[in-house]
Amino acid sequence: MVDAIKVFLKSLIRLPKGGMVFYAWVAFLLVLIGFGLSVYAKQLDRGLIITAMRNQVSWGFYIANFTFLVGVAAAAVLLVIPAYLYQFKPIKEIVLFGEMIAITAVTMCILFIMVDLGQPLRILHILPKPIGMMNFPASLLAWDVIVLSGYLLINSLLVLYTLYRLSVGKEYKLSLVLPLILLSIPWAISIHTVTAFLYNGLSARPFWNASILAPRFLASAFCSGPALMLIILQLMRKFSKVEIDNKAIFKISELIAYTMGINLFLLGAEIFKEFYSGGIHKAPLEYLYFGLHGKNLLTPWMWASLIANITAFIIFLIPKTRENFVTLNIGAVLIFIGVYIEKGLGLIIPGFIPDSLGEIYEYWPTNTESIITIGIWAVGALLYTLMVKFAIPIYTGELMAENRAAAQKAK
Amino acid sequence: MSKKIRSNPIGIKLNRRTFLKGAAAGLAAAALPIQAAEAFSWETFLQKHFKEMTDEEIKRVIERLEKEASLEWRKEIHISAAKAKPGVKFGYGLDLSRCIGCRKCVSACVRENNQSRTPQVHWISVLRFKKGEKWIDLENSEKYYNPKLVPEEGHFYMPVQCQQCENPPCVKACPTQATWKEPDGIVVIDYNWCIGCRYCMAACPYGARQFNWAKPNIPQNEVNPETHYLGNRPRDKGVVEKCTFCIQRTRAGKYPACVEACPVGARKFGNLLDPKSEIRYLIENKRVFRLKEDLNTEPKFYYFFTGWQV
Amino acid sequence: MKIMGKLAVIFSVLFLGGMFFLHSSGAEEGVPKLIITKPRTSENYPCSKCHKYLSVNKTKRKLITSHSNITLKHAEEDRWCLDCHEGDKLKLPSGQLIDYDKPYILCKQCHGTVYKDWKVGIHGRLTGMWDGEKVYRMCVTCHDPHQPRFKPLEPEQPPMKPSDIK
Repeated sequence: MVDAIKVFLKSLIRLPKGGMVFYAWVAFLLVLIGFGLSVYAKQLDRGLIITAMRNQVSWGFYIANFTFLVGVAAAAVLLVIPAYLYQFKPIKEIVLFGEMIAITAVTMCILFIMVDLGQPLRILHILPKPIGMMNFPASLLAWDVIVLSGYLLINSLLVLYTLYRLSVGKEYKLSLVLPLILLSIPWAISIHTVTAFLYNGLSARPFWNASILAPRFLASAFCSGPALMLIILQLMRKFSKVEIDNKAIFKISELIAYTMGINLFLLGAEIFKEFYSGGIHKAPLEYLYFGLHGKNLLTPWMWASLIANITAFIIFLIPKTRENFVTLNIGAVLIFIGVYIEKGLGLIIPGFIPDSLGEIYEYWPTNTESIITIGIWAVGALLYTLMVKFAIPIYTGELMAENRAAAQKAK
Repeated sequence: MSKKIRSNPIGIKLNRRTFLKGAAAGLAAAALPIQAAEAFSWETFLQKHFKEMTDEEIKRVIERLEKEASLEWRKEIHISAAKAKPGVKFGYGLDLSRCIGCRKCVSACVRENNQSRTPQVHWISVLRFKKGEKWIDLENSEKYYNPKLVPEEGHFYMPVQCQQCENPPCVKACPTQATWKEPDGIVVIDYNWCIGCRYCMAACPYGARQFNWAKPNIPQNEVNPETHYLGNRPRDKGVVEKCTFCIQRTRAGKYPACVEACPVGARKFGNLLDPKSEIRYLIENKRVFRLKEDLNTEPKFYYFFTGWQV
Repeated sequence: MKIMGKLAVIFSVLFLGGMFFLHSSGAEEGVPKLIITKPRTSENYPCSKCHKYLSVNKTKRKLITSHSNITLKHAEEDRWCLDCHEGDKLKLPSGQLIDYDKPYILCKQCHGTVYKDWKVGIHGRLTGMWDGEKVYRMCVTCHDPHQPRFKPLEPEQPPMKPSDIK
């Protein structure tokens, strides 16, 4: 135990020290966070009117980012299953970093909710009695708070436990970890299902009130999260001593191919149902892809997203392009962008277009919304960078070796 | 760590000290605007949910709120906490054969209920439709009609406001129970409990809920000082609001402001549980419908027809 | 001084009372109790003021010398002034004469359905207390009996578009 604490402390102390690239990266992120904070202060003072959200489109960019990031967080489980359950060695080694992505993503989700609230100081009202008056089980938002907090807790415990064991040179004890893992798999699926149900349960919004919504959410999450992971893992491989087997990367890309396939199929099913039946509820999809009554702000974006997704699907499907790092990375970036647009602009905004009384208000985020959003992404990047910097020396056994060497010398 | 200053392509002296200094300065600068924002008060922060407060606690909270409001609006503001009368369930009737789309109800509501002028908040929306064209498809409606005179030839009008549903989707959705249905059927909001997440606005099928995107602005001489805690008392930015059937008037036995303002008598109001009320008469004797009935929200806002439009 | 105060109160009450004629007509079944009517224009009432000295001309025509400000747009193909007016009273189709203070009796002869709705408060503007004294209005309070159709009026400003709200 004492050895583990020594290792943890050592890594913590070394955290702010690094090379030029590290400093430049952290400085860059801090500048972005600084901008975000100052604009958020303006939002606290003037109110949410500095965003482009209005009564007709009452949820916008912040909630779009929140939804996308819940998907990314849930996708960490895609690594967990093969790592723990099937003991697929190449992935087993990197599951730690996947779990850290999950923690970062959930933290960013919480931040996005906080900046979206009209009265953020009252956030405690959402807790159960006696502090707040949580509306459980009726409100899906209450469910979301519970599952997201739980997911954060599970992943934090798993990461801390794994690091603790690694810091004393041991492998994690499956018997201890198994209950948490067995819990985390359905839990990860549930965080995104609950988030999907949040929209799905609203009969007021026919675009969301479709049974296909929850499966669509999961499919898009399971291709965008791992795509992000692919990029991050390659970056980590480049900038640190972590060794990641190519086999792990290729396995993840294979899985992405299947999930993107399902994602495209579900989108096709939605499009068929709305346009073939031709009822009035086809209006939001019509707005997205073809424009409605002359309003077509989002159409170029939706087509770009569709082309990006289909291209990426083909790249990941064909083994030759999947295992070529140039095309692999192009594919990963394409998926990330494609799903980000599809889930953000392509899901939240059309729920409100046309609004409950048939009005079309074309929402596009203001600069202030974008700056705050970028600030929160910078917080996430900073958090992940620091977590990884903390974990890698422990993971590679470097610190442990140092301690042992020092102990030997002392003897 | 070596004290050597690391040079870099940007040309700035970048070492740990300088960037920590810069970061601190940046955060300090960011903190300044927060201080300029509204003063924080522990009493306001720790205020309980309205339904949890005892009558004594409600009295004290109202005293504090009245003092704050009177100070802010330079007028003596009264906040009532009148409870629902037993044996009462409010219902509303709207005669679609009479409405001429003059919007006098909208402005009467704005004045009675202290709605913000800038940014503009309207609890009632009047929709215009063309005779003979699609009606159920609200996409065909026009909210921003601006003719010289109403009613316009070949058009008809349908005002929409909170339907005070018996099965309200907004109450289901609210994560903090800041909105709930009172015993007399009015769906109310505790403006001091609402966190401004706007989930209720996404859940409402009638576009009835409005958000205070900024601090409400009302001309001082137009502030209505007779208010109710759950109704038209002065609100803050960042909370949701909507029609409350003029709870401050109806719980005192009066008609809502919109009912009295309508010049053609298109609006009807009363107690659904009173078999002799006009609302019961119209439901039992006229052809009534409610908006989006297929959603099973059970609105208490009934649309009906008495004759051809004059 | 005290007497002056009391007199002032009495006079203001009478004055105000004279402005609205608040009638209580419990005589007929179901007719509302509290009714507001427009103040009567004094110049042409009572009719016998002038018509006591004039001969009756029952030819349907457009009036030029007097009452030229009244243009009838109310079933004017089938009727004219003397079908509803006789002396100082209103005339029902049966020939029966009624007082001016209950014009709804004449209106309901043709507008029976509207009268039924008005009696229960469905037709026309209601103000006051929903669980107490409801204040009804006479037909003629809102409808000019000679041109009953409402003239179009100027609507209030449309709401602001969301993109204009800053």
